Amino acid sequence: MPEILDQARDQVLHNGVGLDEAGVLAVLNLPDEHLSATLQLAHEVRMRWCGPEVEVEGIVSLKTGGCPEDCHFCSQSGLFTSPVRSVWLDIPSLVQAAKQTAATGATEFCIVAAVRGPDDRLMKQMREGVAAIKAEVDIQVAASLGMLTQEQVDELVDMGVHRYNHNLETCRSYFPNVVTTHSWEERWETLRMVRESGMEVCCGGILGLGETVEQRAEFAAQLAELDPHEVPLNFLNPRPGTPLGDRPVVEGRDALRAIAAFRLAMPRTILRYAGGREITLGDLGTRDGLLGGINAVIVGNYLTTLGRPATDDLKLLDELKMPVKALSATL
Amino acid sequence: MPAVAAQTWCDRCGEAAASGAHEQCAAARALEPPRYCARCRRRMKVQVLPIGWSAICVEHGEIRS
Repeated sequence: MPEILDQARDQVLHNGVGLDEAGVLAVLNLPDEHLSATLQLAHEVRMRWCGPEVEVEGIVSLKTGGCPEDCHFCSQSGLFTSPVRSVWLDIPSLVQAAKQTAATGATEFCIVAAVRGPDDRLMKQMREGVAAIKAEVDIQVAASLGMLTQEQVDELVDMGVHRYNHNLETCRSYFPNVVTTHSWEERWETLRMVRESGMEVCCGGILGLGETVEQRAEFAAQLAELDPHEVPLNFLNPRPGTPLGDRPVVEGRDALRAIAAFRLAMPRTILRYAGGREITLGDLGTRDGLLGGINAVIVGNYLTTLGRPATDDLKLLDELKMPVKALSATL
Repeated sequence: MPAVAAQTWCDRCGEAAASGAHEQCAAARALEPPRYCARCRRRMKVQVLPIGWSAICVEHGEIRS
């Protein structure tokens, strides 16, 4: 057994203390012959510190495309020659999407907008949309609207948004290679305000943007420092017309190693499968990740791309005897 | 309007449907909604929902999954 896994068993599994950057890097550099043992350990850590439940979430794009930012992976930037056009979702369709999501057994519904930060029109749409959902659907509402002001943070709290997603996307040292229209520190500032507001912090990123293994470890350590309630883990799905449109997808074994490493860095977080798993991992890999540290999934479609049917994921969770987390009455 | 629309353009890449097999486009479309109208090549307004999607061409109307 590699020394790092022995260390992780003692430090993370038994004591609940996540690996530091050097430890994560050691895990990411483990050869393939140790992948199975690494995933097994990450699974034990997840079961010990999070339990068997899986949190299921659906997401929807309230405002698609036309974004002024230049996140190089994103087909919704208005600065690239992506075929994605700008479109707004109306309130009845938003409520219908929330109902469809709740019908899958999901407890989370995240409303997302492709913006630098919300303007008055978007905040009005959110106010009306969240109120309409809460009146008709038994589901917790999260939001992802870019960078916020303190006033907007307070307003989202007043609306009853219980969790806010704002991904750092990649580590601090690599971020300028991915986004040039705003800084990693600006994103961190929004996350700071969200945490202080009492909303749950949801913050993750995308693997496969061209970062090195060392930068992947740096990212895990920076997320661990933030200590978010949830970490959505995406794998790059190269989008036509974007600067990263020709990048290769992450190799499946590297994706699984990263899942395990991020779990060993953050033993208590909700580690969610997000976009890209279908092309990076496929069906078998999806199963391996759920047995390697993942304890949450986005079911159904994503913002501009499609996922596998929700029923397939729910059937898999049933096979793995992983109960879907019930709606919390504590919030 | 004909019962079966002519597929003149690839609904993923927007190039002429006859310009090649578009096998990669066909494979990608399993996990993507259409982006171009297959009849006129206009970019469509596409809304992806948790279950399903809709795509609107200003000339040829709406299609849904």
